[in-house]
Parts: sequence; structure tokens; C-alpha cells
Amino acid sequence: MEEIAHQLAPILEQITGYIYPNEIELHWRILIVVYPYITGLVAGAFILASLVKVFNVREVQPTYRLSLLTALAFLIVAPLPLLAHIGHPEKSLEIFLTPNFSSAMAMFGFIYAWYLMAVLLLEIWFDYRRDLIIWAKNEKGLMKWIHRIFTLFSTDTSERAVRFDKRSIKAITIVGIPSAFLLHGYVGFIFGSVKANPWWSSVLMPIVFLFSAIVSGIALVLLIYMVVTLVRGKEINMACLDKLAGYLFYTMIIDFSLEALDFIHRLYESEESIEILSQLISGRLFVSLIVIQLLLGMILPLAGLSSVKLFRVPAELRRHIYFVSALLVQVGIFTTRWNVVIGGQLFSKSFRGLTAYKMSLGGVEGLLVSLGFLILPFIVLYILVKIFPPWQEAKQP
Amino acid sequence: MKEANIERRDFLKRLIVSVLSFSSPGLLKAQEKSKESTSLYEKGYDPEEHLWGMGIRINRCIGCGRCADACKRENDVPRLPFFFRTWVERYIILEGDEVVVDSPTGGVDGFKTHVQEKKLVRSFFVPKLCNQCDKPPCVQVCPVGATYKTEDGVTLVDSEYCIGCRYCIQACPYGARFIHPRTHTAEKCTFCYHRIVKGLIPACVKVCPTQARVFGDTKGRASPLVRFMRMNKIRVLKPYLNTEPKVFYAGLDMEVK
Repeated sequence: MEEIAHQLAPILEQITGYIYPNEIELHWRILIVVYPYITGLVAGAFILASLVKVFNVREVQPTYRLSLLTALAFLIVAPLPLLAHIGHPEKSLEIFLTPNFSSAMAMFGFIYAWYLMAVLLLEIWFDYRRDLIIWAKNEKGLMKWIHRIFTLFSTDTSERAVRFDKRSIKAITIVGIPSAFLLHGYVGFIFGSVKANPWWSSVLMPIVFLFSAIVSGIALVLLIYMVVTLVRGKEINMACLDKLAGYLFYTMIIDFSLEALDFIHRLYESEESIEILSQLISGRLFVSLIVIQLLLGMILPLAGLSSVKLFRVPAELRRHIYFVSALLVQVGIFTTRWNVVIGGQLFSKSFRGLTAYKMSLGGVEGLLVSLGFLILPFIVLYILVKIFPPWQEAKQP
Repeated sequence: MKEANIERRDFLKRLIVSVLSFSSPGLLKAQEKSKESTSLYEKGYDPEEHLWGMGIRINRCIGCGRCADACKRENDVPRLPFFFRTWVERYIILEGDEVVVDSPTGGVDGFKTHVQEKKLVRSFFVPKLCNQCDKPPCVQVCPVGATYKTEDGVTLVDSEYCIGCRYCIQACPYGARFIHPRTHTAEKCTFCYHRIVKGLIPACVKVCPTQARVFGDTKGRASPLVRFMRMNKIRVLKPYLNTEPKVFYAGLDMEVK
């Protein structure tokens, strides 16, 4: 009890105007910023992978398996920040056992399980099955057994079986795209459907979440691909990189347009909340929304990527532009999540005042734990890559 | 015919529960719990006969804050200025449309005189609490059904079930919920449910020295609330959100949100 008093007392001094007394404690903190950021990356990486199989974009083939593994690594970590956030993690299974079907949040377990089991794991299994069998045949020791177990003891590498694999992958991807949309659109819906909160309540929210997810996913795979290729001492496939950057550019344009539409719509409708929201944007969210999200995370990378389209830029410089742009996009999308989650709680539902959020360093809801959750997927990805090498040359002819 | 239907439905329900209980023992627990919850009621209390609500006469409230204080004592609400099941707001409307609102420690310690240079136009106090909405957004969003509406129209939280996700707090337009720092579960005004099922009135209503708060049935019986609703022009908070509150205000000012 003393701890919370100690935590909240300094906030009292930072309140401007009037907020309801129960609003002094900010309820969804950094962990809930990390959660939609991570699920966004999952959805984005998967949709990128789908481009290869459904739309036959051959150029991005080198990143196909890498995208799938990235999506899986982040999906495995995705529920952890939620679990750490809730007051009673030991009761979290109740969401599965006694779900309240009118709650958007109760659907989490089902959508997550569906996406993990029916989409990602299946697609990865079908795609790797033949390679796993061949690898297991030629290997010795622990790796042989690991690969063998992951084949689920199937041994058929006949042409017919491989054809079936391919057909299955196509079918799964076709189901997978709407599922990926569902996974992240649903996260947007959790916020967009809160009618009490005018900063969140918007029918555009799921769509904005979705496109920002695709943006962040493509940018992430681009970054991982560049770094990993560099580390492995291989040549970067420029055609692939250009294509990735192209997709990044177009999805950013869509994302930017949607966000601009949302902004203009709010401004034009000018509802009751407009005054407090203007105060919020020009005050407490100025740096994170205008400077970081808009200028650094959107305008600058867009300028970089369009300069590549407009001028003849040598490959070396192109790589640099892509890398910096993708990095800025990551910062931008993370800040987007911040501005939605934290921003939506900085103003009072009395529309009369603003409160503050002070992130702690330690503790479950602190910066260090959040960084841990952001680093963890990369460790998982490292392990996955060791077990399921996604490289072209590892693929059995 | 209707009875047969109910029997069949009940039978099917039990069948499903017993089959599913093999795979998820939580279901059986839920069944047991729903039986337990009926013991909330004293003998002779039938929740179906009531639909509770509260009326608030703004003009009578003197801002003494005894209601907020009594609530904290009655319901084990932490005596910190961040957690309230009910609180009192003060509105000071000055010349030039300037509005000053405050609620220092929720009004528990009363209000100090507000010194201002501008001329006062009007000033008043507004007691706030959970609006016990007929269409409660908090109940809609609770992922595990820990918060629910009773038959007599009161929204409660089952702290045994609450996982502390705080979605209900986000969904409440009135800032009426908080997380209890000891139990880490959601808390809110219950209309002093433990009292009203015994035929008593909520603590805040009981201690109000000016009878600014009126408690009673909204259903067509001769309750103090029905009389209040008949004698006053009433308004609810944020009606545009379609939550259908059952806390009714007489003399509510346009500045109150």
C-alpha cells in the first residue's frame, strides 16, 4: 500500500486541470505498448511471407522462410507481456476456460491459438518437411533427432508428397492472410471499440493498426535480412532488397494516408473531446507524436525511400538508405503504439485535464523488463534459425 | 410449452457442462461458484423484485464529503487519495466562462475556500459514483466475466475471478473503477450491496446530512427514488454513450461531465 502511494504521489503535482481521482493511476503501461508492437511485427512478417506464395513475388523469395521464422519467434513472445501485466497471471487460463463472449479481449486466446497452430506452425512444417527429412538422413547426433522429431516422423519425399506440401502451403497462406489481418486487426479493435475513450474509439483503428503492422513487419524482415547476410559474410540480393523497400514504401503511403484521414476526420468533426485532444497533441504528446512518430518515423524514411525511386542511387548508398529508413520505421511504429496506448490515458475522461506517465526502470512494468521482452524474440529467432536454417543454400534441391 | 423449453434448455446446459468438465475443470468450479453466489441474498430477499438506482439532488449537496468518507470506511477502500468508490467534485464557474473543477482527496476532507479574483457566476458540488449502467460497458469487456450485472441491477465484481487486466477500467466512461492495491483486482461502488440485500441503505446515503442522495427502487413502487424521479427534472451523465445510467441527477449543470 505504501509503495503505490509512493509511486502515485509525484503524479499529483504533474496533473493539469481536473482529472477523476481514480485516473491518477495509469492502468495500461509500457508492457501494453510492447504487446501490440510485437503482434504487429508477427502479422507484418507473415503477410510479407505470403507475398511469395500467394502473389508469386519471386524477388522476395530469399526472405520467405526468414519471415516465417521471424513471425513465429515474435508470436511465441507476444503473450508474455500480457501475462506479466495482469494482476493475477495465475488466473490467466480463465480466459480460455470461462471466456465472456461479449468481450473483445476474451477472443485473444482463440485468435492466438488459431494463428499459431492452424497457420504459422502448419505452414512452417509443410514448407520444411522435405528438407527436415533429408537433413535428418544426413546428420548425426542431437541435430538428427531434433530434425527427425520435427518431421513428426514422416519420411515420404516422393514428388507426390512434395506436391501435396506445396498445395497445402498455398491453402494455408490463403487462410493465413485473413488470419494475420484478424490477429492484428483484433488488437486494434480492443482499443478502437472503447467508446469511453475518444482517442481510441475509431472504426479506423483496426485498419490503421493493420497497415502499421505490415509496415513494421516488412521493415523488420528487411533489417534482419541485411544484418544476417552481413554477419554470414554473404552477398545481399539487391533485387530482393529493392522489392522489400518498394513494398515498405507503398504500405507506408497507405498507413500515412489512413492516419492523416483519421486526424483530419477528428479535426473536422470537432467533437466534445477535440479541445483536450489538441492540448494533448500540442503538449504531452508533442515529442512522441509530432517529432518521433510523424517526422522521424514517417516523413524522413518516406523521403529516403522515395529518393531511391526518383533518382538513380548506387547500390551501396541504397543499402544505407534502406537500413536507416527501416530502423527509423521501427522507432516510428513503436512510438505509434506508445501514442495510442499511453496517449489514450493521459487525458481525463472528464475532458478537463491531463495526467502524466512516469516509466520506472525496474519492476515488472519497468523499462528493463520491456527491453527484455523486445530482445527475447531475437533470441528465440536465433534458436529457430539454428534448427531450421532458412537460407537458400540449406534448401535441398 | 414455455416450461418445457426451459427444462430442455436447462438439461442441455447441464449436459454440455458435464461433458466439457472432463476437459476443463474450471467449468465445474464456475458452476459451484454460481450456486454459492445465490447465498449473497438473505432469506426473504428476492433480487427479481428490485431494480436499484440512486437520485442525487445537486442543490442539496454541501460538499462535506461525509459520503466519500463513509464509503471508504464501509467498504475497505484504501485511505489514499487515488482510490474512490464515490467522491465529490466542486465546480466553480467564473466570469468569462472559466470553469474550475476540483476534488481534493475526493472531498473526504471537505473543501477549502477557493480564492479567486474573478467574479463568481455559480458554484455547486457533484457527488459521483458508479452509475450502475443498465448497459454497462465494463461488463461487456471483461474477458472472464468477473464483472457482472445482478438481477436487481447492480454491477458487481467477483474478485475470485478477476484477473486484473484493467480493461473494465478503460471501458468505464465515468472513472468509477480502480484496482485495489492489495488484492490487485478491480473495485467499484456496489451500492453497498451487502447492506441493501439486508434492507439497509448504502452508507453514503445513510450519512448524508442534507439527504442529497436518494436511494431506492426504480421499479414502479412507492420508493423514495420513484418519488424523486417524479418530482424532479432529471439527467444522467454522458447519455450519448448509451450506457443508460441508474444514477439520476436533479439540477445537473451543463459543465458536469
